[in-house]
Amino acid sequence: MSALLAAQPGLRVLQRNLWVYRRTWRGSIFSSFLTPVLFLLAMGLGVGTLIGGRGATSGLGGGTLAAGVTYLAFLAPGLMAGSAMQTAAFESSFRIMIGIEWRREFHAMLATPLSVWDVLVGELGFIGFRLFTTASAFFVVMLLFGVPTSPLAVLTIPAAMLTGYAFSPLIIAFSATLKGNTNGFNMLFRFVVMPLFLFSGTFFPIERLPDALRTLAWLTPLYHGVALTRDLTLGTVEASTTLAHLAVLTLFAVVGVVLAHRVMRRRMLS
Amino acid sequence: MTESPQPALISARGLTKRFGDFTAVDAVDFDVAPGEAFGFLGPNGAGKTSTMRMIGCVSPASGGTLSVLGLDPATDGARIRAQLGVVPQQDNLDTELTVRENLLIYARYFEIVGREARRRADELLEFVQLADRADAEVEPLSGGMKRRLTIARALVNEPTLLLLDEPTAGLDPQARHLLWERLYALKRRGVTLVVTTHYMDEAEQLCDRLVVMDKAAIVAEGSPRELIERHASREVVELRFAEGVQETLGTTLDGLGPPLDRIEHRPDRLLIYSSDGEAAVERVHAAGVRPESSLIRRASLEDVFLRLTGRTLVD
Repeated sequence: MSALLAAQPGLRVLQRNLWVYRRTWRGSIFSSFLTPVLFLLAMGLGVGTLIGGRGATSGLGGGTLAAGVTYLAFLAPGLMAGSAMQTAAFESSFRIMIGIEWRREFHAMLATPLSVWDVLVGELGFIGFRLFTTASAFFVVMLLFGVPTSPLAVLTIPAAMLTGYAFSPLIIAFSATLKGNTNGFNMLFRFVVMPLFLFSGTFFPIERLPDALRTLAWLTPLYHGVALTRDLTLGTVEASTTLAHLAVLTLFAVVGVVLAHRVMRRRMLS
Repeated sequence: MTESPQPALISARGLTKRFGDFTAVDAVDFDVAPGEAFGFLGPNGAGKTSTMRMIGCVSPASGGTLSVLGLDPATDGARIRAQLGVVPQQDNLDTELTVRENLLIYARYFEIVGREARRRADELLEFVQLADRADAEVEPLSGGMKRRLTIARALVNEPTLLLLDEPTAGLDPQARHLLWERLYALKRRGVTLVVTTHYMDEAEQLCDRLVVMDKAAIVAEGSPRELIERHASREVVELRFAEGVQETLGTTLDGLGPPLDRIEHRPDRLLIYSSDGEAAVERVHAAGVRPESSLIRRASLEDVFLRLTGRTLVD
């Protein structure tokens, strides 16, 4: 354990974040555990009755819901990936501004042997913890509703985490450029996070979108996160498409980490 | 003066910091010897904080050389920081943790864990007189208590060198004196202190030796006493006049010679530098000048700064 910590001092920052979370976790219950479940119930059960039951050709345009798949089962994995994005976006935005500018605890960390990389690792580690717990809770809810039809469905938890990680470091990089106010976050949530949440195949297949938007959806990480999570849940995994989804998500994550490290260094070690 | 046989803890030659076209620190030279309390005195914006950040290895130098604890901040930052304590100008305590947790987690950043971390935390809380607040939240603490906690936090790794950036800015007099008293105690234990301040009383109280900084450069160096002897006089007479009277004086008092060694016209008062304040006041009266009030005081670093830069430290 101590050898691991010495090799990766960023785990000290993670430890700090978990200490804090130990005292603040109650506040996150509603936003990150209950909201997605409420969405699932309202949309999946409520709207789902309008769309049609098991095996019916749906009002969405026919044939897009595979036979034997209820709207609830279609929606649940999409929501799981979508919530992972939202959790990642939330935890990668305000926390970074707080650490750099408001409470400035990142600066306190950098006065110790810790480096900017360690701070980033600690933040990403904490986001991973949040993604894991929220995705796991959502998975349990899916199990209660009998949504998963494949043993592979348990892999939706790491898939949702990867989806979150496709966003998190990029948003950290963005957040580390903001100075003075949170207007940038309003823009981020209104014009990036919310549209992606709605139009990435979460609530309906992207085949329903006009061509241009469908191509756009293809280029964004959430579509791939949703598709991956859905395939794993419904047992419709194909090697080539799964690899493509994994590759896109990983690419976003890796580029994000490199950018986040660079931007945070420039911002804090000026 | 012979050079100290001990190698300097900090040594800067031509040290420069630029932000784009703006030069924050312009080719400064200084050495800090082990065990001394060294100060950077100057107004806000003189380049003190930029210099401190370079010493603290969180800001790369744009030019010149800097050695801290015999190491190069550019390549050995983490090793240097392991032996530094830093008290920043702006509080950055972890307000989501309790007073004691602040010390425990900070100890962990230095890989100090378990019983040893707890021992140091308790000892330091005792030292900064916050033991009774150990389990309290940080946010409701007074400004002075927060500063003391920040100092305790900076000591958790038992640093060789303690960097304090404007340690008492914004504190009330009582809190300042308590803080100074704690810093003396540290100095007696052999901790080397590097302090920036724009308060001349703080510089006089704390520093064995200091440099006066203005507009990114060092304009003088020495002990507070040396600086006053060299750049001011033993005493200063402050004359204040009724509305409009000072303007009518013109050069009446200029060029009278000793005991009026030098005269400084300020907007609100007239300063006379003199080796004998009483005699100077008599000479003023003899010249037919009738100030509303006259005050004789010992010369201070404020006078040194005024003399060197033509401006006051705190406007």
